[in-house]
Amino acid sequence: MISLILILTAAMFFSGIVIRARSIASGRKGPGIFQPVKDILRQLKKGSVFSDTTSIIFQIAPVIYFASILMGICIMPVGEYRGLISFDGDFVFFAYVLAAGKFFMIIAALDTGSSFEGMGASREALFSMLAEPAFFIIMGSLALLTGNTSFSGIFSTLKFGSHINIALGALTTFVLVMIAMIENSRMPVDDSRTHLELTMIHEVMVLDNSGFDLALIMHGVNLKFAMYGALIANLFIPGFGEYITILIFFAIQVIFAVTVGAIESFMARFRMNHNPQFIFILSSVSLLIFFAVLLVIGKFS
Amino acid sequence: MNYITLKNNSSVSLKKIPVAPYSRFMEANVSIMSDNVNNHCVSYFGCPAGGKVRLFCAIAADETHDIYVSSALVNSSEELSSFAAHNPAFEKFEREIHENFGITYPDHPWLKPVRYSSDRADRPARVLNYPFFSSESEELHEVGVGPIHAGIIEPGHFRFICNGEQILHLEIQLGYQHRGIERLFLEKKKILQRSTLAESIAGDTAAGHSAAFVNLWEGLCGFVPDFGLMFQRTLALELERIAMHTGDLSAICTDIAYQLGSSVFGRLRTPVINYFQEWCGNRLAKGLIRAGKTNYQFTGELGSRLIELFDEYEPDFNEMSDRLFKSSSVLARLEKTGVVDIKSSRLLGVVGMAARASNNKRDIRSSHPHDMYEKLGHEPVIKYHGDVCSRSQVRREEISQSIAHIRELLKDIPPADNKRENLKSPDPDTFSISLVEGWRGEICHCAITGGKGELVSYKIKDPSFHNWLALALAVRNNEISDFPICNKSFSLSYCGHDL
Repeated sequence: MISLILILTAAMFFSGIVIRARSIASGRKGPGIFQPVKDILRQLKKGSVFSDTTSIIFQIAPVIYFASILMGICIMPVGEYRGLISFDGDFVFFAYVLAAGKFFMIIAALDTGSSFEGMGASREALFSMLAEPAFFIIMGSLALLTGNTSFSGIFSTLKFGSHINIALGALTTFVLVMIAMIENSRMPVDDSRTHLELTMIHEVMVLDNSGFDLALIMHGVNLKFAMYGALIANLFIPGFGEYITILIFFAIQVIFAVTVGAIESFMARFRMNHNPQFIFILSSVSLLIFFAVLLVIGKFS
Repeated sequence: MNYITLKNNSSVSLKKIPVAPYSRFMEANVSIMSDNVNNHCVSYFGCPAGGKVRLFCAIAADETHDIYVSSALVNSSEELSSFAAHNPAFEKFEREIHENFGITYPDHPWLKPVRYSSDRADRPARVLNYPFFSSESEELHEVGVGPIHAGIIEPGHFRFICNGEQILHLEIQLGYQHRGIERLFLEKKKILQRSTLAESIAGDTAAGHSAAFVNLWEGLCGFVPDFGLMFQRTLALELERIAMHTGDLSAICTDIAYQLGSSVFGRLRTPVINYFQEWCGNRLAKGLIRAGKTNYQFTGELGSRLIELFDEYEPDFNEMSDRLFKSSSVLARLEKTGVVDIKSSRLLGVVGMAARASNNKRDIRSSHPHDMYEKLGHEPVIKYHGDVCSRSQVRREEISQSIAHIRELLKDIPPADNKRENLKSPDPDTFSISLVEGWRGEICHCAITGGKGELVSYKIKDPSFHNWLALALAVRNNEISDFPICNKSFSLSYCGHDL
């Protein structure tokens, strides 16, 4: 239960910090860190407008998407605090619950019949699909390393002590940060600020959503960020006491958010056809981690 | 002779322009164009003449600094053979003539009206079912963008035929901004009204179009502008170029999500346009350029303010552009995107900055110098690859070049001159032409006066008129997600095209 509360709290200010970091990097003061959440609250009070060409799928998709993310957060532990749901192999469940939410967003986008949204849906499906192997190889390697197959089992026994383990930790962090960027459709794969429909991925899929539905989707992004932030934080937390865990958790969320802001400030976005290449690199780095883990547990002796 | 040779900003009696039979008129113009790659068509339009249509064609020869003007008298019901069948640079001019006078060209490659409006020969023709290239294939898909723009710029309709993410064909349909500017020029009789109209042809080229208008008008009235007036006009043109190029670099950075460049260039543009505000009370230089006079004298004080401004501008600009063109993630987006090679650039008659990025040396400032450019000894900035990166680099170097020109100009600020003569009324039965290099490229204004010196035809050509087709061809085989950055690198005007 505590992990759920921590992640929900982090989601309240995550986007705010990203925007603030970006503003400072471009020499502006920027809005307060709770501004994105205030915007979402304002959106929540509004009604939705539905196009005549859409069906029931378009109307239920945002709720399913939001629910899938909440479900994912319920599984996610924070250090010693287990998630609400925890069982052996829960990381597979985690990945596919999120995929189910995404699936509904994709068919909802196709449901609108707009050529833009169709393009966005096809891109989103492609990039998520390509990112999947990286996630599973990483989680599989960690499972192999610790001998556990549930999130809480893996993270409560994971310790990066020796040199090779530190290298492993660094690589894992890199891959997880990048997966988080891809899953959240952020730079360098997608640009959430662009106004150009032709270059959008995630944003173009939600062009037809409004009001309450849009608020759910927008807050879904915040929650997902905080969820991946928790996943990354878990790599560093184990073995500390209760209160320090919470401190480290928030510190890592803030560092993660600032990193996202910095990436979005100082580099240009990739060309669309370079994205698959980039995502494949993540898979190969994960394979590297996998072989390092095999080395550590002595399979190559 | 089938044509008469003129210089830039000159007028000639209508009687002196030879009227050839259409076939000879066509042959002469097509062969002038094919004789030398540096000859390009600056304007080709029709003018009603006693129940018939008199076609005027003006071709600029860059090497001899001449403009060849020829004409032909045709009936609007006639079917004519098309220039465009021989040279695609005439394609849009003929579509415009078709739209305005109903002349048909059976061998024109794609004869459809240029603009959507009731302002044409065939008024009842509806907008619905406008022809577009389409594809029957199951595998290809069409994407229609616009006419309502998602951002803040103007309306235009873009119809893509794509194979997945790849663009196979793009057709651009404009005309949503048509205001009937050329007709308004004839209806509004006062010089102030006409000057204001000229400033409103394209809001981002207020200095360019008003310079073209005043040069033309002064030519018609036999007024020779003094040093002070030419100085102001040149200064305004170069300042406008700096402001617009900086703004475009910022917009290019925005489109590739490079926030640093976007905000730094955005900030740098502001003081330049604010300087116009300081000088003439309008950030877009409206009200600054007037025929035969000036309402805002340029003073030494303004000059030192401008030097101060550039002293602050230049270090920041150089640092930011160095960073921009060294950043690998930026170059990965800009290089080899939206390539226009020199051959197609010449074939399509591309002008201005977009031409110079493809090693196509089109620059009125050096080929047909007006105002102070002859004295400045302007040399065009040339790049070779014709991609988005080249077009961005041309901007960067032209900004530095313009600053150097302005610094050179400011060494000799003309004293206030209040003894200017009043403008006379325009000469009767005269044809007058004026070419100006705006920031986007060559602007051409032509005027024809009637028996009492009244305007009977006023023809405006914005550089965008040539370059839209180049954009449509440049994006072929590129990814559809690269279209916005290609579009931005050309930075074409919708209202300048639509008039």
